[in-house]
Amino acid sequence: MLEARDIAVTLGHHPALHGLSVALEPGTVTAICGPNGAGKSTLLSTLAGLLRPDSGQVLLDGGALSGLVPRVRAKAIGYLPQSAEVAWDVSVDSLVALGRLPHGDAAGAGAAAIEATIAALDLQPLAQRPVSQLSGGEKARALLARVLAGQPRWILADEPLAALDLAHQLALLARLGEAAQRGAGVVLVLHDLALAMNHADRVLVLEQGRLAADGPPQEALSEAVIARVWGVAARWLGEPGARALATR
Amino acid sequence: MKHRATWLFAILLVIALPLSLLAGRIWLDPWSTPNAAVILMELRLPRGILAIVVGAGLGAAGAAMQGYLRNPLADPGLFGIAPGAALGAVLALFLGLATAWLLPLFALAGAAGAMALLALIAGRTGGIALFTLAGMMLASLAGALTSLLISFAPNAFAVSEIVTWLMGALTDRGWHEVWLAAPLTLAGIVCLTRAGRGLDALTLGEAAARSLGIQPVQLQAWLIAGVGLTVGSGVAVAGVVGFVGLIVPHLVRPLTDRRPSSLLVPSALAGALLVLVADALCRILPLVTELRLGIALSLLGAPFFLALLLRMRRGMA
Repeated sequence: MLEARDIAVTLGHHPALHGLSVALEPGTVTAICGPNGAGKSTLLSTLAGLLRPDSGQVLLDGGALSGLVPRVRAKAIGYLPQSAEVAWDVSVDSLVALGRLPHGDAAGAGAAAIEATIAALDLQPLAQRPVSQLSGGEKARALLARVLAGQPRWILADEPLAALDLAHQLALLARLGEAAQRGAGVVLVLHDLALAMNHADRVLVLEQGRLAADGPPQEALSEAVIARVWGVAARWLGEPGARALATR
Repeated sequence: MKHRATWLFAILLVIALPLSLLAGRIWLDPWSTPNAAVILMELRLPRGILAIVVGAGLGAAGAAMQGYLRNPLADPGLFGIAPGAALGAVLALFLGLATAWLLPLFALAGAAGAMALLALIAGRTGGIALFTLAGMMLASLAGALTSLLISFAPNAFAVSEIVTWLMGALTDRGWHEVWLAAPLTLAGIVCLTRAGRGLDALTLGEAAARSLGIQPVQLQAWLIAGVGLTVGSGVAVAGVVGFVGLIVPHLVRPLTDRRPSSLLVPSALAGALLVLVADALCRILPLVTELRLGIALSLLGAPFFLALLLRMRRGMA
């Protein structure tokens, strides 16, 4: 269980989260949605232990996250930032191996995990290729593989699907869904409400640093909530699991 | 395969060292040159070893700096440690205290001062941007103070002495410089290798690095200590030797898997090789006075670097 208890976070002088509480279950995919500036990335970073709340606390399995040694925390929580930055032109397998840093076993016991992750994400043909020679979709897959290679119990990803085409979005979501089925808690910041509606088990809607809705996607992303939070008149079309959002 | 670059430069270094010992305006024949043993043991061997020590420190520091700033244009001078050390040495020259021991000690004090200021200004947050700005500010302050001392120098001889020293050289260095610089440089390289894991993680950016359990403040401390010890002791015994920290990691990177940590040791070896060869060239060249090492490296380094950049650009196009 990854739990935020009444957390308030200020970025500079700007309050980003106001007393937010949420408890996340392992084995599920949770989407964090909301308009720009609602505090989605701030919430994700705080849950990942990268930002320390001004008040309140984040608990991992009942213990304070801030009390954990960074390496122990890193083994439990994998975090995929929004930026796809890779400063040096390393090969895909070196990139994926970075996921084992908290374990310090990339050359030893972790090699099997690295290999398995590369295989699971269909990166084998690209394993020796420098990242500069990857397409956007391939790079996103390699970066996700980096997180998965650490075998974290929690996978926190900030807009992992942005800048990906539809097929790659679905492929990445499928991999994340598999991780959740294996028992990992998956938390994603998503902008595409239809993807959240169709692929998340639970949706948190943020509005100006507060929780505006929380629940199964059909409730948390109801037309009424979208109208209230985004100020957009929209209608859901299609069947459950294959919904599309129509806007005027 | 994995340690290809390390082996390559280690072997080249093993070949280059004896050659460099024989090289000079007068080539040494160990069997026929009179006093060959004395020349070797008291002049050329300490000088050769010092070249290796200084070059190794600059190469490793450059590789670490480029990894830390995630920028291939970073150079050890950027943190203000080299200018700080230079200021210390110039102060010793200015005060007329430039004895064989006092000058390097003043330089080390200058480097230590710069390290302490860096740690004080930027060390608490561990942020890279603040750290870089603080380093550049220190570099420019130390540079200005050095210029100030030169302009206040009591006579033309002192000015020339300071300016010549600033150009960097290994002329007339002996064992005591080796004993001073070698342990400090070695300790510095050890500190830099301790930063290796953090530098690798930084490949993915600051946030991802922290999520991998890297502690920015700790990483920065290893880096300040490592760059301070290597560059500070290098400047203390050889003056300002530019370009090594910039070009060596560039040369070495394509021979490695490009992770910053796998660049550190090969860069140290390649830096040692470069300074050793450049210093030997300084001795061989038939000029009226011996070419200063710092000038030689810039003369050698700048066109080489330019050619490398042009080749890289062609490769990218």
